[in-house]
Amino acid sequence: MTLDDIGDAMFGGAAQYGEILALVSNSVWAGAILGLVGGLIGVFVMQRDMAFAVHGISELSFAGAAAALLIGMDVVAGSLVGSLLAAALIGWLGARARDRNSIIGVLMPFGLGLGILFLSLYNGRAAGRFSLLTGQIVSVQSAQLGWLAVICGIALLGLLLIWRPLRFDSLDPQSAAARGVPVVGVSFAFMLLLGLVVAVAVHIIGALLVMALVVTPAAAALRVTAGPVAVPVLAAVFGVVAAVGGILLAIMGTLPVSPYITTISFLIYLVCRIVGARRDRVTRARD
Amino acid sequence: MTSQTIPAPLAIRGAAIRRGDRELWRGLDLDVAPGELVAVLGPSGSGKTTLLRAILGLQDLSEGSITALGQPVRGHGNRRIGYLPQARPLPAETSMRGRDLVALGIDGHRFGLPIPRRGDRARIDELIHAVGADGFADKPVGVLSGGEQQRLRVGQALAGDPRLLLCDEPLTSLDLANQQAVVGLIDAHRRTGAGVLLVTHDVNPVLEIVDRILYIANGQFTLGTPQEVLTTEVLSDLYGAPVYVLEAGGRLVVVGAPDAEQTAHHHHEHGEDEA
Repeated sequence: MTLDDIGDAMFGGAAQYGEILALVSNSVWAGAILGLVGGLIGVFVMQRDMAFAVHGISELSFAGAAAALLIGMDVVAGSLVGSLLAAALIGWLGARARDRNSIIGVLMPFGLGLGILFLSLYNGRAAGRFSLLTGQIVSVQSAQLGWLAVICGIALLGLLLIWRPLRFDSLDPQSAAARGVPVVGVSFAFMLLLGLVVAVAVHIIGALLVMALVVTPAAAALRVTAGPVAVPVLAAVFGVVAAVGGILLAIMGTLPVSPYITTISFLIYLVCRIVGARRDRVTRARD
Repeated sequence: MTSQTIPAPLAIRGAAIRRGDRELWRGLDLDVAPGELVAVLGPSGSGKTTLLRAILGLQDLSEGSITALGQPVRGHGNRRIGYLPQARPLPAETSMRGRDLVALGIDGHRFGLPIPRRGDRARIDELIHAVGADGFADKPVGVLSGGEQQRLRVGQALAGDPRLLLCDEPLTSLDLANQQAVVGLIDAHRRTGAGVLLVTHDVNPVLEIVDRILYIANGQFTLGTPQEVLTTEVLSDLYGAPVYVLEAGGRLVVVGAPDAEQTAHHHHEHGEDEA
């Protein structure tokens, strides 16, 4: 591949950018909503130390979607079933962190293996077969995009409704229980909301890359601020920038969306780390 | 007896608790009067924390009853009771400032859109001032010292001006100055007429302010003033083995009890702090 080829793959469609953008505007919206919810829920994923759980849920979500593909069911419904099942299982069996990690470690390869099996059995179009793993939002049909947006909306509303008890439980479960927070119910509700968000993310950036929108933006935000409003707002902004920016850049050429999203997400994190480290040094020098 | 208008903060009658098939203790009777501070002592695993959990309704009794603030204990958790946990250090990356930790005592249980109510902010400022946290309340909790975090937790526990305060090892892993600060805050709250039940493995930091001691060991209890309970005879009888209460440098040391080694270790740490 020559440099020209690469340039063509990246920017070949730049001349018709307006037309392409009009075609994928629904995808942009879906990406924006996912970026927003992913950033917000990521704050709790970080605080509850559940990045690994996100990965585990996404692999089972992938298996569910692949199974749906095989038996001719709706793919979004399939990923939803897989991810809610995984989330419920991890929430139920893995109340303690150590149990949780071993359960996820067991579930993850099983889910991934199942998914690959279903995909191999599936005789449909060969192209896009692995889009569930690496994502390709622009190939998602518009009826499904609507569903993805609705699922994200439900997750967002649910998250806002349990925000304060969830924050209390994430920080100090003993005190939260003492003050009457139904900690078991809140934790379980959080897992189900996480399942919803992951199921959507599987379709947009792919099962293997979900963490770029559900973990990285929040991790970046936590590097530069600690405010209870600033962290979620910044995480949501980072998520939206990565998702929307990735789609807008990708449609200029023929390359998939996911590498753009993951790269933007990573660069944001890198900048936040540098800014955070520099500020720490200044503060210490002042002390 | 307490008057009819102010219910006793705590009344426990004939309580027993099992964990699995093992009975931790049975036949516990305990009253905590308004303004009284009762320390709960005993080796680890004797069921001290379990007692606090039972009072909060987080653990079922196998026998007996508990009445807290005039109402029988039921359900899970009780917002009318203050609860001060051990000073576990919070992770450096926590999306909270000091004041947010205090605020959890006011709105941490509220479901619904996270919109502050009128008056919340004034109350939070009041609590921050009361625990002497004005200087660091706006810093991220992750950068605060263990003592500063624990002061904020006291503020959180006192948010509802509870007439019963439960403390579970509130001084562990704090240095001497911060221990004294937290003890002072607990004592000040007790002087407003609240009953306090304080679980600790080391009685020395609170010896000055303790009214009575409930000593749990071997599934048995002894209840009385520090002078009555912390004696070689009483504790030897309780443990069913020779145990010695020694006084050294104005501090009491229990020697020979199952957790005596741990106690000695902590005294050593205090010595270093003072140096």
